[in-house]
Amino acid sequence: MKQGMTRRQMAQRVARDIPAGAYVNLGIGLPVTVLDHFKPEDEIVVHSENGILGMRALLEGEAADPDMSNAAKLPVNIRAGGSFFHHADSFAMMRGGHLDFCILGGYEVSEHGDLANWSLGQKNVATAVGGAMDLAVGAKAVYVLMEHVTREGRPRIVSQCSLPLTGRRVVKRVYTDLAVIDVRPQGLVVIDMLEGVDEQTLEACTGADLRFELKRALP
Amino acid sequence: MINKILDSAAEAVADIADGSCILVSGFGLAGQPGELLDALYAQGASELTVVCNNSGSRDIGLARLIRAGRVRKLLASYPRGAESDAFESAYAQGRIEYECIPQGTLAERLRAAGAGLGGFLTPTGYGTELAAGKETRVIDGVGYVFEQPLHGDYALVQAHVADRWGNLLYRKAARNFGPIMCMAAKVSIVQVAEVATLGELNPESIVTPGIFVQRVVVNAAAAQERRA
Repeated sequence: MKQGMTRRQMAQRVARDIPAGAYVNLGIGLPVTVLDHFKPEDEIVVHSENGILGMRALLEGEAADPDMSNAAKLPVNIRAGGSFFHHADSFAMMRGGHLDFCILGGYEVSEHGDLANWSLGQKNVATAVGGAMDLAVGAKAVYVLMEHVTREGRPRIVSQCSLPLTGRRVVKRVYTDLAVIDVRPQGLVVIDMLEGVDEQTLEACTGADLRFELKRALP
Repeated sequence: MINKILDSAAEAVADIADGSCILVSGFGLAGQPGELLDALYAQGASELTVVCNNSGSRDIGLARLIRAGRVRKLLASYPRGAESDAFESAYAQGRIEYECIPQGTLAERLRAAGAGLGGFLTPTGYGTELAAGKETRVIDGVGYVFEQPLHGDYALVQAHVADRWGNLLYRKAARNFGPIMCMAAKVSIVQVAEVATLGELNPESIVTPGIFVQRVVVNAAAAQERRA
Protein backbone atom coordinates (compact mmCIF):
# COMPACT_ATOMS: atom_id res chain seq x y z
CA MET A 1 0.00 0.00 0.00
CA LYS A 2 1.06 3.56 -0.68
CA GLN A 3 2.99 5.13 2.20
CA GLY A 4 0.77 7.68 3.95
CA MET A 5 1.69 11.14 5.18
CA THR A 6 3.87 11.48 8.26
CA ARG A 7 2.19 12.55 11.48
CA ARG A 8 3.80 15.94 11.07
CA GLN A 9 2.32 16.32 7.58
CA MET A 10 -1.09 15.27 8.90
CA ALA A 11 -0.93 17.99 11.56
CA GLN A 12 0.15 20.49 8.92
CA ARG A 13 -2.76 19.51 6.67
CA VAL A 14 -5.41 20.19 9.35
CA ALA A 15 -3.74 23.43 10.38
CA ARG A 16 -4.16 24.67 6.78
CA ASP A 17 -7.96 24.44 7.14
CA ILE A 18 -8.24 26.46 10.36
CA PRO A 19 -8.97 30.11 9.52
CA ALA A 20 -7.38 33.10 11.22
CA GLY A 21 -9.19 34.21 14.36
CA ALA A 22 -10.78 30.83 15.05
CA TYR A 23 -11.26 29.48 18.59
CA VAL A 24 -9.90 25.92 18.64
CA ASN A 25 -9.41 23.07 21.10
CA LEU A 26 -6.71 20.51 20.35
CA GLY A 27 -7.04 17.03 21.87
CA ILE A 28 -4.30 15.00 23.51
CA GLY A 29 -1.76 13.26 21.28
CA LEU A 30 -1.38 14.10 17.60
CA PRO A 31 -3.97 16.94 17.61
CA VAL A 32 -2.01 19.04 20.10
CA THR A 33 0.97 19.10 17.66
CA VAL A 34 -1.23 21.08 15.22
CA LEU A 35 -0.37 24.04 17.48
CA ASP A 36 3.14 24.10 15.96
CA HIS A 37 1.68 24.86 12.52
CA PHE A 38 -0.47 27.87 13.43
CA LYS A 39 1.06 31.22 12.50
CA PRO A 40 1.07 33.68 15.44
CA GLU A 41 -0.13 36.49 13.15
CA ASP A 42 -3.27 34.45 12.35
CA GLU A 43 -4.32 34.88 15.99
CA ILE A 44 -5.92 31.45 16.21
CA VAL A 45 -7.00 31.25 19.85
CA VAL A 46 -6.26 27.84 21.34
CA HIS A 47 -8.38 26.59 24.25
CA SER A 48 -7.07 24.12 26.82
CA GLU A 49 -9.63 22.27 28.96
CA ASN A 50 -7.74 23.03 32.18
CA GLY A 51 -8.67 26.69 31.91
CA ILE A 52 -6.57 28.51 29.31
CA LEU A 53 -7.52 30.50 26.22
CA GLY A 54 -4.60 31.67 24.12
CA MET A 55 -2.34 28.73 24.87
CA ARG A 56 0.96 28.72 22.99
CA ALA A 57 3.98 26.41 22.83
CA LEU A 58 7.02 27.17 24.99
CA LEU A 59 9.68 29.15 23.17
CA GLU A 60 13.18 27.76 22.81
CA GLY A 61 14.88 27.93 26.22
CA GLU A 62 11.74 29.22 27.98
CA ALA A 63 11.34 27.77 31.51
CA ALA A 64 8.40 25.47 32.29
CA ASP A 65 5.93 26.61 34.96
CA PRO A 66 4.15 23.86 36.96
CA ASP A 67 0.94 25.95 36.91
CA MET A 68 0.96 26.20 33.10
CA SER A 69 0.30 22.93 31.33
CA ASN A 70 -1.93 21.64 28.56
CA ALA A 71 -4.52 18.84 28.76
CA ALA A 72 -1.73 16.25 28.54
CA LYS A 73 -0.06 18.02 31.52
CA LEU A 74 2.89 19.11 29.35
CA PRO A 75 4.32 22.61 29.87
CA VAL A 76 2.93 25.44 27.72
CA ASN A 77 2.57 29.21 28.00
CA ILE A 78 -0.03 31.87 27.28
CA ARG A 79 0.05 34.51 24.54
CA ALA A 80 -0.93 38.17 24.80
CA GLY A 81 -4.73 38.40 24.97
CA GLY A 82 -5.01 35.03 26.70
CA SER A 83 -7.04 34.34 29.82
CA PHE A 84 -7.46 31.86 32.68
CA PHE A 85 -10.79 30.55 34.00
CA HIS A 86 -12.16 27.74 36.15
CA HIS A 87 -13.32 24.34 34.99
CA ALA A 88 -17.06 25.02 34.84
CA ASP A 89 -16.43 27.99 32.52
CA SER A 90 -13.92 26.00 30.50
CA PHE A 91 -16.42 23.24 29.78
CA ALA A 92 -19.21 25.76 29.20
CA MET A 93 -17.06 27.01 26.32
CA MET A 94 -17.16 23.49 24.85
CA ARG A 95 -20.75 22.42 25.47
CA GLY A 96 -22.08 25.91 24.88
CA GLY A 97 -20.97 25.93 21.24
CA HIS A 98 -18.43 28.71 21.66
CA LEU A 99 -15.48 26.87 20.11
CA ASP A 100 -15.29 26.98 16.32
CA PHE A 101 -13.25 23.81 15.96
CA CYS A 102 -12.27 20.87 18.06
CA ILE A 103 -9.57 18.59 16.67
CA LEU A 104 -9.57 15.17 18.32
CA GLY A 105 -7.70 11.91 17.99
CA GLY A 106 -9.74 8.80 17.27
CA TYR A 107 -9.81 5.02 17.37
CA GLU A 108 -12.84 4.73 15.09
CA VAL A 109 -15.27 7.01 13.24
CA SER A 110 -18.50 5.66 11.76
CA GLU A 111 -20.15 6.75 8.52
CA HIS A 112 -22.73 8.59 10.65
CA GLY A 113 -20.07 10.54 12.48
CA ASP A 114 -20.09 8.46 15.66
CA LEU A 115 -16.74 8.74 17.45
CA ALA A 116 -14.89 6.19 19.58
CA ASN A 117 -11.73 7.63 21.09
CA TRP A 118 -11.76 7.10 24.87
CA SER A 119 -11.92 3.41 25.74
CA LEU A 120 -10.65 0.17 24.26
CA GLY A 121 -13.32 -1.63 26.27
CA GLN A 122 -10.82 -3.63 28.34
CA LYS A 123 -12.16 -5.42 31.41
CA ASN A 124 -10.65 -4.76 34.89
CA VAL A 125 -9.06 -1.50 33.76
CA ALA A 126 -10.49 1.71 35.24
CA THR A 127 -11.94 3.78 32.42
CA ALA A 128 -10.66 7.34 32.05
CA VAL A 129 -12.72 9.69 29.91
CA GLY A 130 -11.25 13.08 30.84
CA GLY A 131 -12.78 15.78 28.65
CA ALA A 132 -13.29 13.57 25.57
CA MET A 133 -17.09 13.36 25.77
CA ASP A 134 -17.49 17.08 26.43
CA LEU A 135 -15.21 17.95 23.51
CA ALA A 136 -17.15 15.67 21.19
CA VAL A 137 -20.37 17.64 21.73
CA GLY A 138 -20.71 21.36 21.37
CA ALA A 139 -17.85 22.59 19.19
CA LYS A 140 -19.21 24.04 15.94
CA ALA A 141 -17.06 21.56 13.99
CA VAL A 142 -15.44 18.41 15.35
CA TYR A 143 -12.53 17.22 13.20
CA VAL A 144 -10.84 13.88 13.86
CA LEU A 145 -7.16 13.42 13.07
CA MET A 146 -6.07 9.77 12.95
CA GLU A 147 -4.26 7.17 10.85
CA HIS A 148 -6.49 5.63 8.17
CA VAL A 149 -5.98 2.08 9.47
CA THR A 150 -4.83 0.49 12.74
CA ARG A 151 -1.33 -0.89 13.23
CA GLU A 152 -2.75 -4.28 12.29
CA GLY A 153 -4.16 -2.79 9.08
CA ARG A 154 -7.85 -2.75 10.08
CA PRO A 155 -9.95 0.23 8.91
CA ARG A 156 -10.62 2.94 11.49
CA ILE A 157 -13.38 4.42 9.32
CA VAL A 158 -16.26 1.97 9.57
CA SER A 159 -19.98 1.61 8.99
CA GLN A 160 -20.49 1.10 12.73
CA CYS A 161 -18.04 1.58 15.63
CA SER A 162 -17.10 -1.56 17.56
CA LEU A 163 -15.50 0.29 20.50
CA PRO A 164 -17.37 2.21 23.27
CA LEU A 165 -18.65 5.51 21.87
CA THR A 166 -17.45 8.94 22.92
CA GLY A 167 -20.32 10.65 21.12
CA ARG A 168 -23.02 9.92 18.56
CA ARG A 169 -23.14 11.76 15.21
CA VAL A 170 -20.61 14.35 16.30
CA VAL A 171 -17.77 14.19 13.73
CA LYS A 172 -17.87 16.57 10.80
CA ARG A 173 -14.63 15.68 9.04
CA VAL A 174 -11.81 13.13 9.28
CA TYR A 175 -8.18 13.81 8.38
CA THR A 176 -6.09 10.69 7.87
CA ASP A 177 -2.64 10.01 6.47
CA LEU A 178 -4.31 9.20 3.13
CA ALA A 179 -7.35 11.43 2.74
CA VAL A 180 -9.70 14.11 4.03
CA ILE A 181 -13.25 12.82 4.38
CA ASP A 182 -16.42 14.78 5.15
CA VAL A 183 -19.20 13.18 7.18
CA ARG A 184 -22.45 14.29 5.52
CA PRO A 185 -26.07 13.26 6.13
CA GLN A 186 -25.95 11.10 3.00
CA GLY A 187 -22.65 9.45 3.96
CA LEU A 188 -18.88 9.82 3.68
CA VAL A 189 -17.42 12.05 0.97
CA VAL A 190 -13.71 12.11 0.15
CA ILE A 191 -12.74 15.70 -0.59
CA ASP A 192 -8.96 15.31 -0.72
CA MET A 193 -6.60 12.41 -1.26
CA LEU A 194 -2.86 11.94 -1.10
CA GLU A 195 -1.21 12.03 -4.51
CA GLY A 196 -0.56 8.51 -5.74
CA VAL A 197 -3.50 7.00 -3.86
CA ASP A 198 -6.40 5.93 -6.08
CA GLU A 199 -10.06 5.43 -5.24
CA GLN A 200 -9.83 1.63 -5.18
CA THR A 201 -6.90 1.69 -2.76
CA LEU A 202 -8.73 4.03 -0.41
CA GLU A 203 -11.94 1.99 -0.58
CA ALA A 204 -9.98 -1.18 0.17
CA CYS A 205 -8.73 0.19 3.49
CA THR A 206 -12.01 1.85 4.52
CA GLY A 207 -14.82 -0.03 6.29
CA ALA A 208 -17.65 2.12 4.92
CA ASP A 209 -18.93 3.35 1.55
CA LEU A 210 -17.16 6.38 0.09
CA ARG A 211 -18.14 8.94 -2.52
CA PHE A 212 -15.52 11.11 -4.17
CA GLU A 213 -15.69 14.87 -4.70
CA LEU A 214 -11.99 15.65 -4.90
CA LYS A 215 -10.89 19.24 -4.71
CA ARG A 216 -7.09 18.98 -4.66
CA ALA A 217 -4.22 16.64 -3.81
CA LEU A 218 -2.57 16.10 -0.43
CA PRO A 219 -0.38 17.18 1.22
CA MET B 1 -13.48 40.49 63.33
CA ILE B 2 -13.57 37.78 60.68
CA ASN B 3 -10.34 35.83 60.50
CA LYS B 4 -10.41 32.56 58.58
CA ILE B 5 -6.64 32.16 58.62
CA LEU B 6 -5.57 29.27 60.86
CA ASP B 7 -2.12 28.53 62.24
CA SER B 8 -1.61 25.14 60.70
CA ALA B 9 -2.88 22.66 58.14
CA ALA B 10 -3.23 20.11 60.96
CA GLU B 11 -5.69 22.40 62.76
CA ALA B 12 -7.59 23.03 59.51
CA VAL B 13 -8.27 19.33 58.83
CA ALA B 14 -8.59 18.16 62.45
CA ASP B 15 -12.38 17.62 62.42
CA ILE B 16 -12.59 15.61 59.17
CA ALA B 17 -14.37 12.41 60.20
CA ASP B 18 -14.13 8.89 58.79
CA GLY B 19 -16.49 8.46 55.85
CA SER B 20 -16.42 12.15 54.81
CA CYS B 21 -16.74 13.22 51.18
CA ILE B 22 -13.70 15.33 50.24
CA LEU B 23 -13.36 17.46 47.10
CA VAL B 24 -9.71 17.78 46.06
CA SER B 25 -8.68 20.51 43.60
CA GLY B 26 -6.06 20.20 40.90
CA PHE B 27 -5.44 19.12 37.35
CA GLY B 28 -2.44 16.85 37.62
CA LEU B 29 -0.10 18.60 40.02
CA ALA B 30 -1.29 22.12 39.13
CA GLY B 31 -3.56 23.24 41.95
CA GLN B 32 -3.19 20.08 44.03
CA PRO B 33 -3.36 21.04 47.74
CA GLY B 34 -0.28 19.09 48.80
CA GLU B 35 0.08 20.45 52.33
CA LEU B 36 -3.59 19.85 53.18
CA LEU B 37 -3.43 16.30 51.80
CA ASP B 38 -0.31 15.65 53.89
CA ALA B 39 -2.14 16.95 56.96
CA LEU B 40 -5.13 14.74 56.18
CA TYR B 41 -2.80 11.76 55.83
CA ALA B 42 -1.30 12.49 59.26
CA GLN B 43 -4.76 13.07 60.77
CA GLY B 44 -5.82 9.49 60.01
CA ALA B 45 -9.39 9.79 58.65
CA SER B 46 -10.37 6.79 56.54
CA GLU B 47 -13.28 5.36 54.51
CA LEU B 48 -13.16 8.61 52.57
CA THR B 49 -15.02 9.38 49.38
CA VAL B 50 -12.80 11.60 47.24
CA VAL B 51 -13.80 13.71 44.25
CA CYS B 52 -10.81 14.77 42.16
CA ASN B 53 -10.12 15.06 38.43
CA ASN B 54 -7.16 12.68 38.72
CA SER B 55 -5.85 10.23 41.31
CA GLY B 56 -2.63 11.87 42.47
CA SER B 57 0.95 11.24 41.44
CA ARG B 58 3.55 8.73 42.62
CA ASP B 59 3.20 8.38 46.40
CA ILE B 60 2.44 11.94 47.36
CA GLY B 61 -0.82 13.73 48.14
CA LEU B 62 -3.95 11.87 47.10
CA ALA B 63 -1.95 8.91 45.76
CA ARG B 64 -0.48 8.35 49.24
CA LEU B 65 -3.97 8.30 50.82
CA ILE B 66 -5.12 5.78 48.20
CA ARG B 67 -2.01 3.63 48.67
CA ALA B 68 -2.68 3.55 52.42
CA GLY B 69 -6.23 2.27 51.83
CA ARG B 70 -7.86 5.37 53.28
CA VAL B 71 -10.04 6.12 50.25
CA ARG B 72 -13.13 3.93 49.89
CA LYS B 73 -14.36 5.52 46.68
CA LEU B 74 -12.94 7.85 44.02
CA LEU B 75 -15.01 9.96 41.63
CA ALA B 76 -12.79 11.22 38.80
CA SER B 77 -12.63 11.87 35.08
CA TYR B 78 -9.09 10.73 34.39
CA PRO B 79 -7.42 8.76 37.21
CA ARG B 80 -4.90 7.04 34.95
CA GLY B 81 -1.46 8.13 33.84
CA ALA B 82 2.24 7.49 34.06
CA GLU B 83 2.35 8.33 37.78
CA SER B 84 -0.99 6.95 38.97
CA ASP B 85 0.05 3.45 40.00
CA ALA B 86 -1.40 3.90 43.53
CA PHE B 87 -4.95 4.12 42.13
CA GLU B 88 -4.51 1.65 39.29
CA SER B 89 -3.17 -1.11 41.50
CA ALA B 90 -5.82 -0.46 44.21
CA TYR B 91 -8.49 -0.68 41.49
CA ALA B 92 -7.04 -3.84 39.96
CA GLN B 93 -7.03 -5.47 43.41
CA GLY B 94 -10.61 -4.40 44.10
CA ARG B 95 -9.57 -2.22 47.06
CA ILE B 96 -11.26 0.96 45.81
CA GLU B 97 -14.62 1.83 44.25
CA TYR B 98 -14.53 4.14 41.26
CA GLU B 99 -17.02 6.24 39.29
CA CYS B 100 -15.83 7.63 35.95
CA ILE B 101 -17.41 11.03 35.19
CA PRO B 102 -16.84 13.13 32.05
CA GLN B 103 -14.72 16.09 33.10
CA GLY B 104 -17.23 18.79 32.18
CA THR B 105 -20.02 16.90 33.91
CA LEU B 106 -17.84 16.60 37.01
CA ALA B 107 -17.23 20.36 36.96
CA GLU B 108 -20.90 21.20 36.37
CA ARG B 109 -22.14 18.78 39.07
CA LEU B 110 -19.90 20.63 41.53
CA ARG B 111 -21.10 24.00 40.29
CA ALA B 112 -24.73 22.85 40.49
CA ALA B 113 -24.20 21.76 44.10
CA GLY B 114 -22.68 25.13 44.97
CA ALA B 115 -25.41 27.00 43.13
CA GLY B 116 -28.26 25.16 44.84
CA LEU B 117 -29.51 23.43 41.71
CA GLY B 118 -31.20 20.03 41.73
CA GLY B 119 -29.31 18.89 38.65
CA PHE B 120 -29.06 19.68 34.96
CA LEU B 121 -29.40 18.17 31.47
CA THR B 122 -26.16 17.83 29.50
CA PRO B 123 -25.54 16.55 25.97
CA THR B 124 -22.22 15.10 27.15
CA GLY B 125 -22.22 11.32 27.21
CA TYR B 126 -25.64 10.90 25.60
CA GLY B 127 -25.82 7.52 23.89
CA THR B 128 -22.62 6.26 25.53
CA GLU B 129 -22.02 3.69 28.26
CA LEU B 130 -21.41 6.46 30.83
CA ALA B 131 -25.07 7.45 30.48
CA ALA B 132 -26.33 3.90 30.98
CA GLY B 133 -29.23 3.80 33.44
CA LYS B 134 -29.53 7.59 33.62
CA GLU B 135 -32.62 9.61 32.85
CA THR B 136 -32.48 11.13 29.35
CA ARG B 137 -34.50 13.62 27.38
CA VAL B 138 -34.56 14.84 23.78
CA ILE B 139 -35.09 18.59 23.37
CA ASP B 140 -35.25 20.11 19.87
CA GLY B 141 -33.66 16.99 18.46
CA VAL B 142 -30.70 16.97 20.87
CA GLY B 143 -30.29 14.17 23.40
CA TYR B 144 -29.49 15.10 27.00
CA VAL B 145 -28.54 13.18 30.14
CA PHE B 146 -29.82 14.23 33.57
CA GLU B 147 -26.98 14.73 36.06
CA GLN B 148 -27.26 15.42 39.77
CA PRO B 149 -25.38 17.87 41.96
CA LEU B 150 -22.22 16.67 43.69
CA HIS B 151 -21.84 17.99 47.24
CA GLY B 152 -18.77 17.68 49.44
CA ASP B 153 -18.42 17.71 53.21
CA TYR B 154 -15.04 19.38 52.79
CA ALA B 155 -13.06 20.87 49.91
CA LEU B 156 -9.28 20.88 50.00
CA VAL B 157 -8.15 23.56 47.57
CA GLN B 158 -4.95 25.26 46.54
CA ALA B 159 -5.12 28.96 45.70
CA HIS B 160 -2.39 31.58 45.49
CA VAL B 161 -3.39 34.59 47.61
CA ALA B 162 -6.02 34.99 50.34
CA ASP B 163 -7.03 37.71 52.74
CA ARG B 164 -8.47 37.02 56.19
CA TRP B 165 -12.03 37.04 54.84
CA GLY B 166 -11.12 34.15 52.55
CA ASN B 167 -11.21 36.10 49.29
CA LEU B 168 -9.03 34.22 46.81
CA LEU B 169 -6.82 34.71 43.81
CA TYR B 170 -5.37 31.76 41.95
CA ARG B 171 -2.22 31.38 39.92
CA LYS B 172 -2.47 30.66 36.16
CA ALA B 173 -4.01 27.29 35.25
CA ALA B 174 -3.78 26.09 38.87
CA ARG B 175 -7.23 27.67 39.24
CA ASN B 176 -9.01 24.72 37.53
CA PHE B 177 -11.44 23.08 40.02
CA GLY B 178 -10.69 25.42 42.97
CA PRO B 179 -13.51 27.97 42.60
CA ILE B 180 -16.29 25.42 42.00
CA MET B 181 -15.09 23.07 44.75
CA CYS B 182 -15.11 25.96 47.23
CA MET B 183 -18.75 26.51 46.24
CA ALA B 184 -19.74 22.84 46.49
CA ALA B 185 -18.43 21.96 49.97
CA LYS B 186 -19.93 22.63 53.41
CA VAL B 187 -16.43 23.49 54.66
CA SER B 188 -13.80 24.74 52.20
CA ILE B 189 -10.21 24.62 53.37
CA VAL B 190 -7.74 26.53 51.21
CA GLN B 191 -3.95 26.54 51.24
CA VAL B 192 -2.30 29.65 49.80
CA ALA B 193 1.25 30.83 49.22
CA GLU B 194 0.58 34.44 50.18
CA VAL B 195 -1.67 36.49 52.44
CA ALA B 196 -2.96 39.93 51.50
CA THR B 197 -4.14 42.45 54.06
CA LEU B 198 -7.88 43.12 54.01
CA GLY B 199 -8.62 45.64 51.25
CA GLU B 200 -5.43 44.93 49.38
CA LEU B 201 -7.11 42.64 46.83
CA ASN B 202 -8.94 44.52 44.11
CA PRO B 203 -12.67 43.70 44.47
CA GLU B 204 -12.89 43.73 40.65
CA SER B 205 -10.34 40.90 40.45
CA ILE B 206 -11.26 38.56 43.29
CA VAL B 207 -11.95 35.13 41.77
CA THR B 208 -13.51 33.32 44.74
CA PRO B 209 -15.42 35.61 47.12
CA GLY B 210 -14.78 34.75 50.77
CA ILE B 211 -18.35 33.58 51.36
CA PHE B 212 -17.34 30.26 49.75
CA VAL B 213 -14.31 29.79 52.03
CA GLN B 214 -14.25 28.75 55.69
CA ARG B 215 -10.57 28.10 56.51
CA VAL B 216 -7.27 29.34 55.09
CA VAL B 217 -3.81 27.96 55.71
CA VAL B 218 -0.62 29.66 54.56
CA ASN B 219 1.81 27.25 53.00
CA ALA B 220 5.17 28.73 53.92
CA ALA B 221 7.15 26.21 51.87
CA ALA B 222 5.20 27.01 48.71
CA ALA B 223 5.66 30.72 49.33
CA GLN B 224 9.41 30.19 49.69
CA GLU B 225 9.59 28.14 46.51
CA ARG B 226 7.83 30.81 44.46
CA ARG B 227 10.21 33.48 45.64
CA ALA B 228 13.31 31.38 44.94
